Amino acid sequence: MITYLSNNGDAVLAALRQHIALALIPVLIGFVLALPIGYLGVRFPWLYHPLVNTCGMLYSIPSLALFVFLPVLLGTKILSPLNIVVALTIYTVALLARTVADGLKSVDPLVVQSATAMGYRRLRRLTDVELPVALPVILAGLRVATVANISLVSVGALIGVGGLGQLFTRGFQLFYVEPILVGIILSVLLAAAADLVIVLLGRLVTPWTRFQGAAS
Amino acid sequence: MITFDDVVKVYPGGGTAVDHLSLELPTGRTTVLVGPSGCGKTTSLRMINRMISPTSGRVLIDGQDVAGEDEALLRRRIGYVIQHAGLFPHRTVLDNVATVPMLLGRTRRQARTDALGLLERVGLSADFAKRYPAQLSGGQQQRVGVARALAADPPIMVMDEPFSAVDPIVREGLHREFLRLQQDLGKTIAMVTHDIDEAIKLGDVVAIFRQGGVLAQVGTPRELLEQPADEFVAEFVGRDRGLRSLSFDTAAGLPVRPVSEAPDLLLDDAGRPAGWRTGGGAAGTFTSADSLRLVTDLTITSPAGMAVRVGPDGKAEGVVSHHDIADHLVRRRETK
Repeated sequence: MITYLSNNGDAVLAALRQHIALALIPVLIGFVLALPIGYLGVRFPWLYHPLVNTCGMLYSIPSLALFVFLPVLLGTKILSPLNIVVALTIYTVALLARTVADGLKSVDPLVVQSATAMGYRRLRRLTDVELPVALPVILAGLRVATVANISLVSVGALIGVGGLGQLFTRGFQLFYVEPILVGIILSVLLAAAADLVIVLLGRLVTPWTRFQGAAS
Repeated sequence: MITFDDVVKVYPGGGTAVDHLSLELPTGRTTVLVGPSGCGKTTSLRMINRMISPTSGRVLIDGQDVAGEDEALLRRRIGYVIQHAGLFPHRTVLDNVATVPMLLGRTRRQARTDALGLLERVGLSADFAKRYPAQLSGGQQQRVGVARALAADPPIMVMDEPFSAVDPIVREGLHREFLRLQQDLGKTIAMVTHDIDEAIKLGDVVAIFRQGGVLAQVGTPRELLEQPADEFVAEFVGRDRGLRSLSFDTAAGLPVRPVSEAPDLLLDDAGRPAGWRTGGGAAGTFTSADSLRLVTDLTITSPAGMAVRVGPDGKAEGVVSHHDIADHLVRRRETK
């Protein structure tokens, strides 16, 4: 494995870099899109169930099918990384829109009521009170989406763009176990690192959660 | 002054919550809305800051219909305290208190400095400033809730069952604090409670509601106890309303007998009561500023059946017995 790495270091590093980009760009875009969509599901209660059902349906589309189908829909080349980014963005939105809606719903109605009575207008109440209070729930969803994306990128290797997944396909084609091992270890490490970063970031931005359930 | 002008609130399919309510809440006074659950008291309260809109009728603040005002701006001028405080869990105590001043555009620095002063006002030390609501007891949270409502120095405070979620001992403390604060600040306060004792203790004016959103009677606590308008009010204020109405009279007009008429009373060298010859601990003493209710209570618990009035120097001035109080009450009724 050491020899493999020393001979193919550049290729592995390039695959890792591509893997990170393909997994995390959709997380960022998906998160930004999921915020307003999830909010709508709370703002208009009749939208909540259609939203949850649509999200569930989208998430159940097999990833490979989506990777193959998207070029037809988007007019992109079959080997374009854009297909992966769009597909994973759809999964991220499907996961996070519901999480955002559930997070906002989990905010104590008394807190929302007192914010209103203090004189918050709707938008500022959302950004200053509801979203921050919902953040622990939303961050938990973000962890799931990020880890899921990191594992899903590898599937893209079957259509030629898959970051570390390319190490798997190469290994299978050459009956060569080293690249497969390196690919597995690196994607697990990447998933663990990304998860840890979100957890630490979450602790930083929600210092108050440490005391929840302590006193009172 | 807050005025309810023939206000009606009907919920679709839910019946009438408030039924033709006309009521005036005087400026600088505490008005308590009290009644059984489902009597429309909370609905009425929430119409003041437009959390609920009336189906018909108007709610006016100093003659201005609240319906014509911008909701958010109106609410920033009205302090709001609710049961369980409703504090923002993600903000420190200090930033919770600074909420409305920040909404009004004050700098964070200024708002925090002011908030620190307010914490002290409601009896919380500066140590609490950096804590989060989850680190506080129920009573402490409620104090922060009151500080937050006071932060922008609003002329009007709306309080929805502010003290009902804490235990009786803590509530007692919060009541004392409330009365002290209100004496200093003189806000126009509208408060809702289901507890008639709390209403009588805290209210300058008490409005009793009955089921169906009908106002049963408005008056000072004394008027409600001494002249209940009907059976419902009499029942609601309680069977012991006669005894409780004695809280409103001081012992100033109560004649006392000379101390020589109580041979069992022991005095120390300075002439201060030290107890009874028959035992039973210290003698119950009162000053002329204490209530008749207290004096009555003292005579009942005293082994000699007497309470001792003392002067500002603590010296015994005279004694009263059950009979003296009874005679006083008879005379009081005759002169009314």
